[in-house]
Order: sequence, then structure tokens, then C-alpha cells
Amino acid sequence: MAVPKRKMSRSNTRSRRANWKAAVVATVACPQCKADKLPHAVCQTCGTYNGRQVVEV
Amino acid sequence: MPTPTKGARLGGSPAHQRLILANLAQSLFEHGKITTTETKARRLRPYAEKLITKAKRGDLHARREVAKVIRDKDVVYRLFDELAQYWTERPGGYTRITKAGNRKGDNAPMAIIELVTEPVSSNTSNKKTAARKAAKAEAVAALAGETEETPAPAEATDVAVEENVQHADDAPAEEKKDGDK
Repeated sequence: MAVPKRKMSRSNTRSRRANWKAAVVATVACPQCKADKLPHAVCQTCGTYNGRQVVEV
Repeated sequence: MPTPTKGARLGGSPAHQRLILANLAQSLFEHGKITTTETKARRLRPYAEKLITKAKRGDLHARREVAKVIRDKDVVYRLFDELAQYWTERPGGYTRITKAGNRKGDNAPMAIIELVTEPVSSNTSNKKTAARKAAKAEAVAALAGETEETPAPAEATDVAVEENVQHADDAPAEEKKDGDK
């Protein structure tokens, strides 16, 4: 079975982990209340979608 | 022969999936609107709409078929005698799924599935398709007008005869349709 020959240096570990990046969540402005919301989903602020009240706030 | 659902069952086993879908359908008809994961909502929609189609038929056999799925008699009564009247004019599309963001605990995409109880609107809210249809109708009318104007006098008698024949064919067909209803 293949096993590592040497301990991985902190530098190598860190340079690998330096590429773990969080992506910005895409949002759009709600047409009703102008708050940020997920595209194609109910607005969490005013509870409307497509001009219709879907969730009571 | 019905095609089996592809992919994994909801909940792991076919029996568990049957129970999940039946319970979701019962809750949907009881409350009119439920929040669940998007996957379950997407699987529930055709299932619930088939039950609604049975409810619209409204006879004893349909009621027993629905009662095999929905065990609560009160919910079956509500579906057949209170909700079914909302969909007499609607040719399908009895439920609506709206995405509702991700759940806090496990980041699962959630959705709200609700019964569409509004009356069918004759004025098309989709203005684009309405405009396109109107333009098409105009184009067809213009083309028909051009073609009819030139050979109309010569073929006028033939057309009249054909129309009579068509009417004769149409009349019994309409009677049959009425009989079926």
C-alpha cells in the first residue's frame, strides 16, 4: 500500500489550504422591497414572489 | 405500463417513499400550503395532481382510490367536497411550487408547495405570449384574405358545398361529446 514518505510541511499544507475560497452568493434585488434575495426564490424580507404573497411575514 | 421512478427512493425504501408521499399529500390537502424540501415537493406535485384529477371525477370509485392513499376520511371529504370545485375549469396545474431558500440546519433547498385555488384568469397575465398569439392570428388572417380574394368567385359554389358537408360531420360529433359528459 502506498504511504507518504515524509511529513507534509506546514508551508505545503498552508499553500494547499490557501485555495479554499468562499464564493459570493448570487443575489438579486427584490422587485417589491428592494432587499437582496436569492434569484428565483421567495423574498425572505417581504415574503413575495412574482408579485404574489407566498409567505406571511 | 407505468415507468418506474428513476433514482433513489425518498427515505431509502419504496415503502418509506410511499408513506412519505402519502403523508405529504395528506398534509397538502389539509393545510393548502406546506413547506418541504424541493426534491420532495417536485416528487409530490404529479402525485398530488393525480389525486386531484380523481377528486374532480368525484364518483365512488375515485373516492375509494383516493382513500387508499389518504387515510384520513376528513381530508378525503375536504378534497372531494370542498376543494374539487376550485378546479372544475382548470385543465391541470393544480399546485404551485415556489423555492424558499436553504434550510438552516443542513442547507437543504426548501420549497413551498401550495394548491392553486384562484379561478382561471381568461386575461392572459403573460403579455408576451398574448402579443405573439395576436400577431400570429393577424398574419394568418392577412394570408387567408389574400388567397381568398383572387380565386373566390370561381370556387364559391364548391366551398359552399364543402362547408355543408363539414357541418353535417360536426353535428353528430358534438352530440356525442355532450352525451359523454
